[in-house]
Amino acid sequence: MALVDKSVFDDAGRRMSEATAGDYLELLKPRVMSLVVFTAFVGLVAAPATINPVLAMIAILAIAIGAGASGALNMWYDADIDAVMSRTRARPIPSGRVLPGEALAFGLILSVLSVMTLGVLVNWLSATLLAFTIFFYAVIYTMWLKRSTPQNIVIGGAAGAIPPVIGWAAATGNVSLESVILFLIIFLWTPPHFWALALFKSGEYGRAGIPMMPNVAGSLSTRRQMLAYAVLTAACGVAPWALGYTTAGYGLVAAALGVGFVHYSWKVLQMPDGDEVMKPAKSLFAYSLLYLFGIFAAYLADAMVQRILPLGGV
Amino acid sequence: MEDELVTLTDSQKRARRSRSIAIGLALFALVVIFYIATIAKFGPAILDRAM
Repeated sequence: MALVDKSVFDDAGRRMSEATAGDYLELLKPRVMSLVVFTAFVGLVAAPATINPVLAMIAILAIAIGAGASGALNMWYDADIDAVMSRTRARPIPSGRVLPGEALAFGLILSVLSVMTLGVLVNWLSATLLAFTIFFYAVIYTMWLKRSTPQNIVIGGAAGAIPPVIGWAAATGNVSLESVILFLIIFLWTPPHFWALALFKSGEYGRAGIPMMPNVAGSLSTRRQMLAYAVLTAACGVAPWALGYTTAGYGLVAAALGVGFVHYSWKVLQMPDGDEVMKPAKSLFAYSLLYLFGIFAAYLADAMVQRILPLGGV
Repeated sequence: MEDELVTLTDSQKRARRSRSIAIGLALFALVVIFYIATIAKFGPAILDRAM
């Protein structure tokens, strides 16, 4: 039994929440969170400083919760467009399992909790960066850019690119060139990754009224821009080796992954205009995930090898 | 203002139980995290105390 105020809920029996813990977990976008956790972990471990392992784990947890909180705020604001897209229709709010107000409160509470935990237990630079990331994703990207400009995911991509910088700042207390290059790798990688999806989902984005690049500038212009960003991403990927602070092993892996990224983007550019299946775009989307995981895994492995074997650069 | 008792359906009860357990676990985890973090931040100095 539950006591309810009838002036608030006229149909209280129907409005009592049926949201399970799993629905709230889904609001945190666990798949996006896993990428954030991984890149933040790489930034934290590769940083030239030692942090207490317990505090390191807490830092990663706080970054993960902060990223999840911004996902919940995104789902709260975007519930209307999520409802009209097949990819997002089953999310907790459009499917009616979680009420918008519940998601908003959940996102805000977790935002404050994650930022305060990182600030009090680790350092305030990393906490400030986390707060900025949440604000940038939830307000600048979700509420402003996403519905107003085809550059939405280009600028908004900054939010997804900051986690390795937060990890770095958690370990060292500062932001350095190395962490900015990690930021740039993800930032430049985001447009080809997202626009590959936007190409084969352009109909859905169009129906939802989201001005994605393929819907606004057309397929060919988008594919040209994707190739340009892929080249820049590949160049940025080998920058840590070119600047001399990683081994040649990392440089080789980064170059190979970069060549693959440019190759798949080139295939997308070659895609005929009337292609309905868009297999090259789907292949690029899948490869882009492999690219980001691969390059950060190589960076992590390189940092660990350099730490274990006191060889310096090879 | 008029109050009344509402009978929850089985699915609402299951959902509430699921949420309650999750909130309990989350609060317990927070206590453990802050306890361990406090010890980690003190480091060996935690054993220094005026006798």
